[in-house]
Amino acid sequence: MEYFESFKKTILFILIIIFPLVIISMVLSKSPEDKTEMGKLKEKYSEKHVASVDHSKHKELQKIFSSPHEVTAACLSCHTERGSEVMATAHWNWEREEYIKGRGIMYLGKKNIINNFCTGISSNEGTCNKCHAGYGWRDKNFDFKNPYNVDCLICHDQTGTYEKASGGAGYPPTGEKAPDYKKVAASVGIPRKENCGFCHFNGGGGNNVKHGDLEEALLTCNKDVDIHMGKDGLDMSCVACHEANRHRLKGKYYAVSSMNRDRARCEDCHGTYPHENSKLNEHTVKVDCRTCHIPVYAKVNPTKMYWDWSTAGKRKNGLAYTEKDSTGKEVYLSIKGNFKWERMVKPDYVWFNGTANHHLITDKITTDTININTLYGSYDDPASKIVPVKIHRGKQPYDLVNKTLIQAKLWDTDTGKGALWLDLDWEKSLVEGMKYIGMPYSGKYGFINTRMYLPISHMVSKHEEALKCEDCHSREKSRLKNLNDFYLPGKTHYAFIDSIGAWMLLLTFIGALGHGLIRFLSYRKNKKQIS
Amino acid sequence: MKKVYIYKGFERFWHWSQAMLIFLLALTGFEIHNSITLFGFELAVTLHNTAAVSFIVLIIFTIFWHFTTGEWRQYIPTTKNLKAQFEYYISGIFKNAPHPTRKTQLSKLNPLQRLVYLGLKVIFIPLMVISGVLYMFYRYPVAGKVESLGFSSVTPIAVLHTIGAFILLAFVIVHLYLITTGQTITSNLKAMLTGWEELEEEHNDPKEKEEKKPSHE
Repeated sequence: MEYFESFKKTILFILIIIFPLVIISMVLSKSPEDKTEMGKLKEKYSEKHVASVDHSKHKELQKIFSSPHEVTAACLSCHTERGSEVMATAHWNWEREEYIKGRGIMYLGKKNIINNFCTGISSNEGTCNKCHAGYGWRDKNFDFKNPYNVDCLICHDQTGTYEKASGGAGYPPTGEKAPDYKKVAASVGIPRKENCGFCHFNGGGGNNVKHGDLEEALLTCNKDVDIHMGKDGLDMSCVACHEANRHRLKGKYYAVSSMNRDRARCEDCHGTYPHENSKLNEHTVKVDCRTCHIPVYAKVNPTKMYWDWSTAGKRKNGLAYTEKDSTGKEVYLSIKGNFKWERMVKPDYVWFNGTANHHLITDKITTDTININTLYGSYDDPASKIVPVKIHRGKQPYDLVNKTLIQAKLWDTDTGKGALWLDLDWEKSLVEGMKYIGMPYSGKYGFINTRMYLPISHMVSKHEEALKCEDCHSREKSRLKNLNDFYLPGKTHYAFIDSIGAWMLLLTFIGALGHGLIRFLSYRKNKKQIS
Repeated sequence: MKKVYIYKGFERFWHWSQAMLIFLLALTGFEIHNSITLFGFELAVTLHNTAAVSFIVLIIFTIFWHFTTGEWRQYIPTTKNLKAQFEYYISGIFKNAPHPTRKTQLSKLNPLQRLVYLGLKVIFIPLMVISGVLYMFYRYPVAGKVESLGFSSVTPIAVLHTIGAFILLAFVIVHLYLITTGQTITSNLKAMLTGWEELEEEHNDPKEKEEKKPSHE
């Protein structure tokens, strides 16, 4: 006890003076600022935008709008030049001026390019162009010069109530389901994920059908699904990366783009050499960030990997029918054919330099399988990097005589006009589709294997989940097993060198062993002779 | 027989550290080549690169040592006794014949060893070091950037490095076996561990016998 007494003062001092001080200083002190590049980025993107304008206070918007065109007119009465800005973009024109090596300058885009999903918009504008940033692109007569046809609200609505009608050629529903334009117009602001997602999550005719890395789960997901957009993280919006300059957004979709420009790149924020480990930085010369940092896509809902149009048109008891798999996903539709879906998909990998080509409807078919789009790149090309892609395979109708793809007429408001989705008749559908675009059609059709390459850019994983060395630097299980135009340590082997080497080692070993054995035996013999 | 101090301190340090480095480089190298699995690719690369740099430092010291001590002369090739040495390994050794070359402080290596070690020193080790350094630096990070030596392909470098590795490994196998062919099975090993080896004395010189042989005929 005496021993304890001698420490009593010290203990009291600690309890009464030091302890409360430590507590107080801990409460008062802020956590130290993260001064790393990543810390600065996090700080920048965690700042929430505060609007400088409350549109509900504008008197131009204090009225009852009888049509969406009137809303656009009200917007343009203040934002006088925004209409012409939008009308200069691909969101409006669905085509861009592109230069493709071997073809020259072309005007290409969603307007005229065949894709590997619903194939093409021509003759189907009424339904496809629901996702056009305008009103009334129903057929070839749409007026691209009229700024009052621009749909401001689909991108800028913040109420979450504004929608475009199915089959409405870009118009919102009318009648009872018509949006409350006054309320919607008063809400406008910077586009949110919901705005972009209305179209971009549903490409190909449903959630996550087309992209695999863009789907409605991104609206509510956590960082396990997407490190940038996770609700438990920075909850970044699409336009945080896809920045807009005069309504022209950064970012490319290489099913409809061809040139290496206006890309939204990880490096824009993270820099070219963002790793602490110099060996990893060295990889960035040839490996795109996405390759390691998006180990899987379609993390929540499945995406369509295969679409066989050749089986479309079947009937049961004279009626169109649907087949579903055990998870409830449609695997057959009379109007669309057979599908294959996959979840948690490991990407394929290709060399890509940012330029692409497309199989146009006027191109001759010369192979068993056609690439609907081709991503250019190779190891030898210094502009190329390895990127992750979704390869969407399918079967599409083609003209057996003219050897071209065929634009099918899929949709119409009424039966009997050749729309496949209403009449389930390929013959008529193909005739009507080709007539609409003014292309010859022999009347004889078959189905051809198709492939489309979609670079995967979203659903970036936490850094702990990035690919490890062995994911590529290994033999059979290498993710890069299809890329054979360069030496990849751990993967590349020259069988003759390895087998000559192995035989040499084996024979050397046997030789040494044999020599030793003979020595041992002759030693025993010699010993016997001596004795 | 007489005890001779044949391997000096540095020589033994050099030999054993080189042995360990080659052993480590072979293990990690063949793991990088994906022939074996041991450390995992990432650690194998780190160990391989660290061992490679250590090996280069050791080589620099050893070259210095060879020239300052004059030991480099040990590797001057000779044809004298070359045939006899070869015949000894393929027949004499089984008949308990004496070693044709006498090991001395001034001449530690028999003519076959001279040739093999010279080959290692001027061909195979440089091949491994040069191809290894190029492999390491054909692209290399400098001051937050990645510079390049401008090779269009690392393939020939990697192939040469692999071939060299197989040859070195074959050498190691033969080398390990030949340890047992000294005066006794362990005398070579003991010598390299302690520096001391029991060697035959002058009057027993088998070399001289060999030389005299032709005159009898």
